Amino acid sequence: MATHPTDATRPDANAAAAAVSVRGVSKNYGEVEALRDLSLDFPRSQLTSLLGPSGCGKTTLLKIIAGLLEPTEGEVEVNGKPVTGPGPDRAFVFQDFALLPWATVLRNVAFGLELRGVGVSEREAIAEQYIRNVGLAGFEKSYPHELSGGMRQRVGLARALAVDSEVLLMDEPFSAVDEQTRRKFQEDLLGLVAGENKTFLFVTHSIEEAVYVSDQIAILLPRPSRVSEVIRPSGLRTRNVSDIRRDPEYLDIVDRIWASLRSYVE
Amino acid sequence: MTAFGVRLPGMSSLILWGLFWEIVGRSGYTFFLPPLSEVIATFFSIVDTPAFQKALTETAQAFLAGVFSAVVIGIPTGILMGKNRLVDELLLPWVNIFLSAPLTALVPVLMVLFGFGMKSIIITTALFAVWIIILNARAGVMQINRSLTDMAHSFGATPWAAFSKVYFWAALPEILGGVRIGVIRAVKGVIIGQLLISIVGFGALFELYSANFLMSHFWAVLIVLFALAFILSEGLAALERRVSYYAAQR
Repeated sequence: MATHPTDATRPDANAAAAAVSVRGVSKNYGEVEALRDLSLDFPRSQLTSLLGPSGCGKTTLLKIIAGLLEPTEGEVEVNGKPVTGPGPDRAFVFQDFALLPWATVLRNVAFGLELRGVGVSEREAIAEQYIRNVGLAGFEKSYPHELSGGMRQRVGLARALAVDSEVLLMDEPFSAVDEQTRRKFQEDLLGLVAGENKTFLFVTHSIEEAVYVSDQIAILLPRPSRVSEVIRPSGLRTRNVSDIRRDPEYLDIVDRIWASLRSYVE
Repeated sequence: MTAFGVRLPGMSSLILWGLFWEIVGRSGYTFFLPPLSEVIATFFSIVDTPAFQKALTETAQAFLAGVFSAVVIGIPTGILMGKNRLVDELLLPWVNIFLSAPLTALVPVLMVLFGFGMKSIIITTALFAVWIIILNARAGVMQINRSLTDMAHSFGATPWAAFSKVYFWAALPEILGGVRIGVIRAVKGVIIGQLLISIVGFGALFELYSANFLMSHFWAVLIVLFALAFILSEGLAALERRVSYYAAQR
């Protein structure tokens, strides 16, 4: 159908580079301007962090991409298709886990599939596999209140992985777990990004965490929110997970980000 | 509870009050209060009479039908009000008015509208129970964690799936609390209905016994009624405790 090959191929080329693109998104809550004219591309199969001080609208942006909030202006595209609401191409990992407290780990992990109408035996088989993958084998019959915070977030992660979406949206997923668990999570996340062919969007307020796990870091500044800088660490992905924190590039980027954020901290 | 170093079983105080009743009854202070032992003996003598059985059946039917309608109407209405701002604005004033209104005064209106039969009694029972059930279901839904709602939405839940798989269960501790209070109010409703609308069931027995000064009969039926209401309420409270493990962390 396309008569101009250049026009026909351009969207495809874009789509190959960016799984998610945000174009000119603004969000107002009445008088309050949460986001103003924000544009950002999220490269496919990579992890992009949204980093910024609290109140900079990073969770708002993530929820707009998820289709849970509507932007006042602008649009979001996932694989070249405009977002009008939640869709099976995106899965969300919540800061406070958002598990069903009355359901077992197995049912919680399978719940995304249950809502999509997948049959019991099939969805439980898939869920069992992801429960093993996140290291919770043996806890299938446990209830969320019997698990530690870290284990609950593993359930939330397994639920998001089980629906096999191309894009994983993670809203400060490790902020409610203790420091040791958090470090283990960060290492596991690197394995996940390398192993699963998914695009990760990761909201965090921790500079170290963002530099440690990201292929690309978007720094958001508040009032009104905009992207002030996009940093792409070049050599960290090839390093061993336990050497990253000693790498000069890691230390430089952490310092650089702190230098640009410090004036925004009251 | 312990007294003088001895651990007392639950509800020991009832024994004390029962004893007090017995003494006052035997003293012959008032015909209004026969001794407890006489009341209990009367209870066993009337429990298998046709009149008592008929009263129990009639009351149970009206009560169950009224509670059932109140639950079936109240819970969905409450959940809808908690989830939909417009419905809430429309109905909340009415729910609050009827919750605190002296419903007994409305019974003559119901008689005009629905006649003097069972239907009016059932409606009276339901009216006593339904408002608190609505309010509690509404409160239960309104306190549901935002991220749980977002979760259902983001994984593509249809409105019905979100209602039946998430909202109902997340609000269940409050809903059960509302049903428990509603059931207690329904006991009041069914007796008032039976006394005012048509003299049937336990209402008829009360009328009959008090008009003929059969005080031990009167108290026997009253104790039966108290016991039934207490058992119902405790049964629902036990159900509530079974879901309370997740009430604290939703």
